[in-house]
Amino acid sequence: MQASRLPAYVDILVIPLLNLLTALFVAGIIIAIIGENPFTALSIMLKGAFIYKGGLGYTLFYTTNFIFTGLAVAVAFHAMLFNIGGEGQAAMGGLGIGLVALGLGGILPVPIVILLAIIGSAIFGAIWGVIPGYLQAKRGSHIVITTIMFNFIASSIMIWLLAGLLMAPNQMSPETVSFADGVMLFKIHQILNSMGFSVARSPLNLSFVLALLCCFAVWVLIWRTRFGYRIRATGFSTKASAYGGYRPEWIIILVMAISGGLAGMMAVNEILGVQHRVILNFTSGYGFTGIAVALMGRNHPVGIIFASLLFGALYQGGAELDFEFQTITRDMVIMIQGLIILFSGALAYMFNPFLERIFLANKGQKEPENG
Amino acid sequence: MLDKINKVKREHIIKNGDESSPFAISLIDICKSFGPVQANDAISLDVTRGTIHGIIGENGAGKSTLMSIIYGFYKPDSGMIKVAGTPVSFKQPSDAISLGIGMVHQHFMLVPNFTALENIILGSEGKKGLKSGLYAARKKLKELSQTYGLEVDLDSITEDLPVGIQQRIEILKALYRGAKVLILDEPTGVLTPQETERLFEILNALKSEGVTILLITHKLHEVMAITDVVSVMRQGKLVAHTKTKETNSEWLAEQMVGRSVLVNIQYPKGNPKHIALSAEKVSVTDKRGFDSLKNVSFDLHAGEILGIAGISGNGQSELLSVLSGIIQPAAGQFKIAEELFDATHHADPQKVRQLGVAHVPEDRHAEGLILQFQAFESAILGYEKSPNLGVKLLTDPNINRTYCAQLMDSFDVRPQNPTLLSSQFSGGNQQKLILAREISSMPKVLLVGQPTRGVDIGAIEFIHNTLISMRDSGCAIIVVSVELEEILSLSDRIMVMNAGEVVGTVNKQDATKPMLGKMMAGMTLNVAEKGV
Amino acid sequence: MSRNNLLLIVGVIVVAAVIIFNLDMQVEDKKETVSFKPAVVFDMGGKFDKSFNEGVWNGVKKFTEETGIEVMEFEVTNETQREQAMRRMVDKGATVVLGVGFAQADAISKVAAENPNVQFSIIDVGWLDAPNLRQYVFKEHEGSYLVGIAAAKATKTGKVGFVGGQDIGLISKFACGYVGGVKSVLPNADIYENMTGSTPSAWNDPARGAELTRSQIDRGADVVYHAAGGTGVGVIQAAADAGKLAIGVDSNQNGLAPGSVLTSMLKRVDVAAYETFMDAKNGKFTSGVKALGIAEGGVDWALDENNESLITADIKSALEAAREAILSGSVTVHDYLTDQTCPY
Repeated sequence: MQASRLPAYVDILVIPLLNLLTALFVAGIIIAIIGENPFTALSIMLKGAFIYKGGLGYTLFYTTNFIFTGLAVAVAFHAMLFNIGGEGQAAMGGLGIGLVALGLGGILPVPIVILLAIIGSAIFGAIWGVIPGYLQAKRGSHIVITTIMFNFIASSIMIWLLAGLLMAPNQMSPETVSFADGVMLFKIHQILNSMGFSVARSPLNLSFVLALLCCFAVWVLIWRTRFGYRIRATGFSTKASAYGGYRPEWIIILVMAISGGLAGMMAVNEILGVQHRVILNFTSGYGFTGIAVALMGRNHPVGIIFASLLFGALYQGGAELDFEFQTITRDMVIMIQGLIILFSGALAYMFNPFLERIFLANKGQKEPENG
Repeated sequence: MLDKINKVKREHIIKNGDESSPFAISLIDICKSFGPVQANDAISLDVTRGTIHGIIGENGAGKSTLMSIIYGFYKPDSGMIKVAGTPVSFKQPSDAISLGIGMVHQHFMLVPNFTALENIILGSEGKKGLKSGLYAARKKLKELSQTYGLEVDLDSITEDLPVGIQQRIEILKALYRGAKVLILDEPTGVLTPQETERLFEILNALKSEGVTILLITHKLHEVMAITDVVSVMRQGKLVAHTKTKETNSEWLAEQMVGRSVLVNIQYPKGNPKHIALSAEKVSVTDKRGFDSLKNVSFDLHAGEILGIAGISGNGQSELLSVLSGIIQPAAGQFKIAEELFDATHHADPQKVRQLGVAHVPEDRHAEGLILQFQAFESAILGYEKSPNLGVKLLTDPNINRTYCAQLMDSFDVRPQNPTLLSSQFSGGNQQKLILAREISSMPKVLLVGQPTRGVDIGAIEFIHNTLISMRDSGCAIIVVSVELEEILSLSDRIMVMNAGEVVGTVNKQDATKPMLGKMMAGMTLNVAEKGV
Repeated sequence: MSRNNLLLIVGVIVVAAVIIFNLDMQVEDKKETVSFKPAVVFDMGGKFDKSFNEGVWNGVKKFTEETGIEVMEFEVTNETQREQAMRRMVDKGATVVLGVGFAQADAISKVAAENPNVQFSIIDVGWLDAPNLRQYVFKEHEGSYLVGIAAAKATKTGKVGFVGGQDIGLISKFACGYVGGVKSVLPNADIYENMTGSTPSAWNDPARGAELTRSQIDRGADVVYHAAGGTGVGVIQAAADAGKLAIGVDSNQNGLAPGSVLTSMLKRVDVAAYETFMDAKNGKFTSGVKALGIAEGGVDWALDENNESLITADIKSALEAAREAILSGSVTVHDYLTDQTCPY
């Protein structure tokens, strides 16, 4: 990672904004080409994401997914590990929830089952992160390759189980039976309605709160604990980590456990929050989008919350475009989302040289006598 | 139109040089700043054709920035560069190369697994088939090496060659590209005394063929030995400019630091007491199965400094790594504070630290601190567990900042700003910060690798004094250094290493520079003594 | 430190403002009051999947062309969107919502229960129960029985094949009817059955479909019937490449490889879509399960210029006879889903 010479506010505010605007500009051109008004489309996207009945709920629901997967990528990245196995770790997290909820639901009290299910998701996700971590640390197998392969393995395991052992009888979808009554997280609209606010129904559930707690926990872990210090030291310099006596290989394994656990907890939102049964492909690519989220959020929990909100709004507002325009199909929407991921993720630093010229030129002239 | 004239003129310069100008390079009011740091401040300088021009200054004085500007790597904020009297503007190094300016970097820019020939023609392969290009290059290089005495086996793999030869490859590469002006950045940092002498012969040969040489260094004796003209830089400014014949090293040193300093002090001998650390037949095998350390045995006493001399890469680094617990011995054992470590009972850095061993690593940038960390974070590397730096599992940045400010204050680290990135400090200040961190743990044994590599004179003095006073207070110290003067100045005893083995150990009063040089090349003590 | 705090505060303010805004705006999001407003929710395949969803879309298109009424539509891209899309359609004033495929069963039963005044209809689901929900199932076994007869008449080796998509009861229903048809002509015929996979991805794996078909042909089969959605394209291609015959499914696939597709088992999902909206428009909407077989025009075999040379007079008369027999009730084709077994 190259240290940016730009002022911090440019790095965390101006650049993401500029990237977003560029992406919207390109998307706008495409919308104009197919004959729709780009400004109408943008306003429908925004209204769909934040204003229409239940829109915000859905936006925050998707945001929750992205927070978990984005944090997972970010934590690993602080140890300079590129965990792109969020997809598989989340799928295994779903399996963890399913096994706990189906095995213990109805036997133990509901709150305990829920708690164990959440822990189960984290543990299953962590296991799916630890194995590539171990292979990286002890065998030198590159984490990018192994995490990709573990996505496929997780997918195959889920197919095998959901179309076989765990498949619900008398129906045709590869999914488990529904969890016992009550083994689910409260929906935010239910809570707010019971408090007297009238809020539209949406899948937004308590996982959102859990996600925010995880953000805080990650912040504390990375910047306020001695272990976090070791993680960052290892990430910046393996040699310095060895010099400090931090055993880089153990740090890699532990960080991958934490990263996998966070990705696994994405399943809490989808499975425990909404589906109440384990279904196939509930990860829907959120694990991969988490990479873009972490990049855009500069691997900082606060940045990740905002980036997740952006992507959540994009998912929800994008669906709204499909509702409103006959000409804008869902493939079009995916393309627009792709553009934003491209500009704010893959091309995140495209404007750096340009901005550096502007900001550093001014700076140099202002303080000539210093030095 | 003007462009066209410039182009024609440029081509002329490339072919013939502009005979009307006596100066190979002229700088006029060059300014360059990085953020708040003014690296070059109104530098004006004329470099006469066919001379060796020394540029000296402390680390962070702006020498490297200035050279990078001449080489087209940085663009100056203001000011003008003239090559052979013609104003030029470089967008990238290739512009400078095309005008006959070549640079040999401090850290070589060579592909390790290429042959020497491949490395030399890298970037100027020609457009036709590689093979015919190689043939032509070989012919041209043969002429070049004969003219300047730059013997290199063109077909050897670069990484197998000694650093001195690798440096020759860099020089050949620059000449092959038509360099008439050669910039050498700290060229002797990695060389043995013998290799350094050989390099100076080559530089003189180049000079006699009309090549202009800019030599960047902070070693005064080298400037005195080889340059014709010397310019001194301090804090981004050019503070002195003189013919070498008309000056002396004391005066130059004063100009560099802005006050008078003592060069090459002979410190009084220490007062060795009990054995603090002992090694017995320690061997280390690296990943490739190569024995980087063979049967090393020695005792280290409290209150003495054991200097370890040797050309870099002869086992000194591994010795420090083993003693500090970073790597494990394949055989043999060593004892620290009554605890015995060997191939089965492993030491690790945390444990060794608890036993009172502090370690100032050789590689400041990769090991000693973390460049991307703020200073206060680098100031606790290895000590972040210390109970006074936080509560239980947590650390407290405020406490760390205060702690770092104290260290900076007592060790005169400048700028005294704990939140500055570690990379933003000069080499000397980085080293002082590391020393502060390690010494503040009150160690019984102090392992120091290259205490003053790339460190300016003012800081060298401070670091040396600190080490001596640590010794006098009863600390056992090992100093590994490639600087023979440093070893001779600091050590009570000197252990010379070659190819992973101890060649011999001599007392300070018996040691001379030529003798140590021969031992570093692998001759045993007896043979070396006879040669004196 | 202070920068982080600042960001946090700004973030909280933004989120709070948006929530307040959102609460406020809900009141304005009022329903339009139109007496008839149809909507359809396509599933993951998308409306141009050359198969099931596209069949529904053809019915929708026909309805729009005849009546001039626009149908709201949506294509889901992830699991949560099914329910969301149904709700969104209701919110936008839909009076009748059509769900496509059994994957939407869960979502439609929830939303139907919450909105008793809206009419719902779903295709390929027959096990739900709600007073405002119509469910379409098809008697695919009847159509498969017919093409089984055609296969048995056309085979020269006495060996025929079947390639299914996802290994579920619905596809066994196809297979069982087909086996019944074949055995009614050739009691000792060899019938090779293969399923492509056990997950929804089995509907879209032409390479695997071609592979299975080639292996069946290697074992001697010369007519292969597929019930595998997009995977079937590979089946037809492989059969055509080997100079053998394939039988298409769902829509008329005779034209995919003219001269190599013996016939197609038509499953008229477009009829279901068209009928749902027409009935709703004319006030004739009824709930309950609608089973569309040969009698109802829901399943049939396809004859057009692409396969008329393959359908000999003998085959044609056998098919006509079997069709009559099923219509008159003298032949009853077994439905696998009734007892999860196949007696043939």
